[in-house]
Amino acid sequence: MQRILGKEANRASKNIAAERLRLVLMHDRLDLTPQMMDSLRSDILKVIADYLEIDESGMEIALQRSNNSIALVANIPVVKMKRLPASAG
Amino acid sequence: MGEVLVVTSGKGGVGKTTTTANIGTALAMMGYRVVLLDADIGLRNLDVVMGLENRIVYDLVDVTNGRCRLKQALIRDRRFESLLLLPAAQTKDKTAVNPEQMKALCDELKQESDYVLVDCPAGIEQGFKNAVAGADKALVVTTPEVSAVRDADRIIGLLQADTEMHHPLLIINRFRPQMVRRGDMLDVDDVNEHLAIELLGIVPEDESVIVSTNRGEPAVLNVNSRAGEAYRNISRRLMGEEVPFMDIESNGTFMGRIRRLLGMRTG
Ligand SMILES: Nc1ncnc2c1ncn2[C@@H]1O[C@H](COP(=O)(O)OP(=O)(O)OP(=O)(O)O)[C@@H](O)[C@H]1O
Ligand SMILES: [Mg+2]
Repeated sequence: MQRILGKEANRASKNIAAERLRLVLMHDRLDLTPQMMDSLRSDILKVIADYLEIDESGMEIALQRSNNSIALVANIPVVKMKRLPASAG
Repeated sequence: MGEVLVVTSGKGGVGKTTTTANIGTALAMMGYRVVLLDADIGLRNLDVVMGLENRIVYDLVDVTNGRCRLKQALIRDRRFESLLLLPAAQTKDKTAVNPEQMKALCDELKQESDYVLVDCPAGIEQGFKNAVAGADKALVVTTPEVSAVRDADRIIGLLQADTEMHHPLLIINRFRPQMVRRGDMLDVDDVNEHLAIELLGIVPEDESVIVSTNRGEPAVLNVNSRAGEAYRNISRRLMGEEVPFMDIESNGTFMGRIRRLLGMRTG
């Protein structure tokens, strides 16, 4: 930890700024509208419904920002596994 | 019929008014008929930067409300016959003007001028919407700082989504080559890479800008001013001339790239 912090302090501030700029812009541009979030949510549901029975009301999806990346995090409670036929389709 | 250019930035204090005054003056020096329109209602500044604050009788809101004719509100520059200023109102009510009125005003102004330069207020609210309403082309000003570049990115996104101005031009202001060399300032490539719009010019941080502003004489009038030179170059580029970028950039690689872009030989 100390080593990482020490390194960070010695790094040219330009590099730190460039990295922060990259992340902040990625985040700003990724800011999906509530409508887009809703349709993403229902599309995910549609795909999953073929395989699992899930608790729709407990489903949470969000864009999460961490130190150096942005992730789409989904928490989808599974109620029941579906018994898939041996050869589907 | 002329063209309306809006100078905008998102973030405050990055140099919109300075840029408007200098490009406008440079274009007038080149013989064009120019109108400077201060759209920063409530925070009038362009008159002071131009040294014309004592001559104001009527303002933008007087015109849009019909209290005077447009010609009565236009102030003629002391130095250039072909340079006019329409000052902003100092009213507190920022909704005193709406985008339709601004569009009509710009349309009228460009009938009898070559360039109308609109000095946009900071922010993305009503004042921004008013300032861009009548514009044909946008100049986005930023400084090499994370917050200013971020706001410029927002503005570019808004211009592209809500207006016809899909190809704004970029001006990087207050550039400090020494800090870039030291590794303590974003360089031109860093900014360019993210904003991905055409670079119109780079203006160095320069004390002569403050001296000029004190005197009410834009830096382009001072032959020894580096910032003035940068603004003269910007104005010539706006006219379609190919002007090499001043040697204030951090690293040879960027210069090399620009030279190659412009099809010039290095050295
Ligand atoms: N290249 C430069 N070198 C030195 N000082 C500068 C430079 N550009 C602008 N300034 C100074 O920075 C300050 C802000 O500039 P200016 O008023 O043009 O910004 P602005 O974007 O119009 O601000 P606002 O958002 O408040 O309207 C002024 O004091 C100006 O003199
Ligand atoms: Mg201003």
